[in-house]
Amino acid sequence: MVTLYINGLKVSVEKGTTLLEAAQFLGFPIPTLCHMEGLSPYGACRLCVVEIGEGDRAKLVTSCTYPVEEGLKVRTASNRVVRARKMVLELLLASCPQSKIIQDLAAAHDIRQQRFRQEYEDCILCGLCVRMCEEQMMAKAIGFRGRGQNRSIGTPFDMNSDVCRQCGGCMYVCPACSLRCTYTEPEKAICGGCANLSPPCLEKEEFDDMMCYMQPCVACEIKKN
Amino acid sequence: MASEEISTIVEKVGSSKGGLISILEEIQAKYSYLPEDALRAVAEETGRSLIDIYGVATFYRAFSLKPRGKHLISVCLGTACHVRGGPAIAEEIERQLGIKGGETTSDNEFTLETVNCLGACALGPVVVADGHYFSKMKISMVKEILDKVRIGLDRVEIDTDQRVFPLEVSCARCNHSLLDPRNVIDGHPSIRITVSFGNKHGWFCLSSLYGSYEVSSEYDIPTDTIVNVFCPHCHAELIGGAKCGECGAPMVPMIVRGGGVVQICSRRGCKGHLLDLGGAASE
Repeated sequence: MVTLYINGLKVSVEKGTTLLEAAQFLGFPIPTLCHMEGLSPYGACRLCVVEIGEGDRAKLVTSCTYPVEEGLKVRTASNRVVRARKMVLELLLASCPQSKIIQDLAAAHDIRQQRFRQEYEDCILCGLCVRMCEEQMMAKAIGFRGRGQNRSIGTPFDMNSDVCRQCGGCMYVCPACSLRCTYTEPEKAICGGCANLSPPCLEKEEFDDMMCYMQPCVACEIKKN
Repeated sequence: MASEEISTIVEKVGSSKGGLISILEEIQAKYSYLPEDALRAVAEETGRSLIDIYGVATFYRAFSLKPRGKHLISVCLGTACHVRGGPAIAEEIERQLGIKGGETTSDNEFTLETVNCLGACALGPVVVADGHYFSKMKISMVKEILDKVRIGLDRVEIDTDQRVFPLEVSCARCNHSLLDPRNVIDGHPSIRITVSFGNKHGWFCLSSLYGSYEVSSEYDIPTDTIVNVFCPHCHAELIGGAKCGECGAPMVPMIVRGGGVVQICSRRGCKGHLLDLGGAASE
């Protein structure tokens, strides 16, 4: 057992647990994006930062990857931590503003606007889907490609992967894309599920006054090709 | 794509975790790029998933997934080269080759790429063509360099090149000169030695010009064969303790007139050599 102090409270946890697990077990909330039970910690989103140490030596670490240490003093919600988290959330909002999960987190942290150049990505490169595919689905169909600005997640050569079972696990865990579907390019589609649905407008001819609010519309896109 | 070739490469490098980059490098050296089939073959051979290999292949700039031309031209656009006119050089090369950075000409002769720094900032603007560095580039030099590259930069001009000079060598044991005036290579008497490999035994002449790799021989010696070399006069085997720095094969020592030793690799096709003029060179 390791004894440490979380927000001034003396606690004992088992050796090998991470700060995040310890804090959450004790009821201290720490927001996370790229963490999921059952997947190896990755430390990509930086949302789970906590402050450790004291005085000049205090520093911010990602709690999801930091194992507990004897006598460690951890603060999960100090001013510095909250400031850093807000900054991270603003950056996430700047890249993926349409993500419901990020929006909710931002709202919970009282962020009304972000200061950075607005982009509209559908990926924050948190690697959840990659780990899901590798560790839970044992498929290793998707992974990181390229580096720096050109880093992206996908299948090799952007083609349907032989090892992909189209389980949809990657889309299930994704905090940013909610549904990354490429139904207009079936050879790249990860699940292809929506292409099998028949939207009502396919039988539009039978309903003259029907209106479609889908944007973009699945059926229209398929018809175009 | 011959998957046997890939499996030979994998076998040679070994399929341990650290070997992937070496395997990809070998494939790239062979095909000048990484073909999709080759990556799939590597995945099968090493038991690694394709995405891991694809991730590594796309991560490093040294690897290319598209076919590259015979000649690779890199234009430095680092800060120092940039302010000294690198972009103008790049533009001129792009104009003359009719391609943009990162592309290959349609005749597969040239691939042009821009790099961010070559670490030779004092020489800027720098252009590297097939491993040869051209410093303080001017737009007027572009055409000449491209023409030279087309012919081949590795072909040395024997008459004018300062790096090429004749060596007079003799046997380390009997001190008899090994030069053979009857057999002339590159306009100089050649070095005549006796080689044996397998059950064949015959004469072998190599150019006495240091820097030239011209040879002639009684038998065709297959590349990669390690031969035993003998003095044609005293029949002693020319062998020292040294190993080739390139391939690890034994080196063949010969005495240079005026003092010093030259050693050449005994593996056919390996260009490993070592010239040690001792104190003589500095005098």
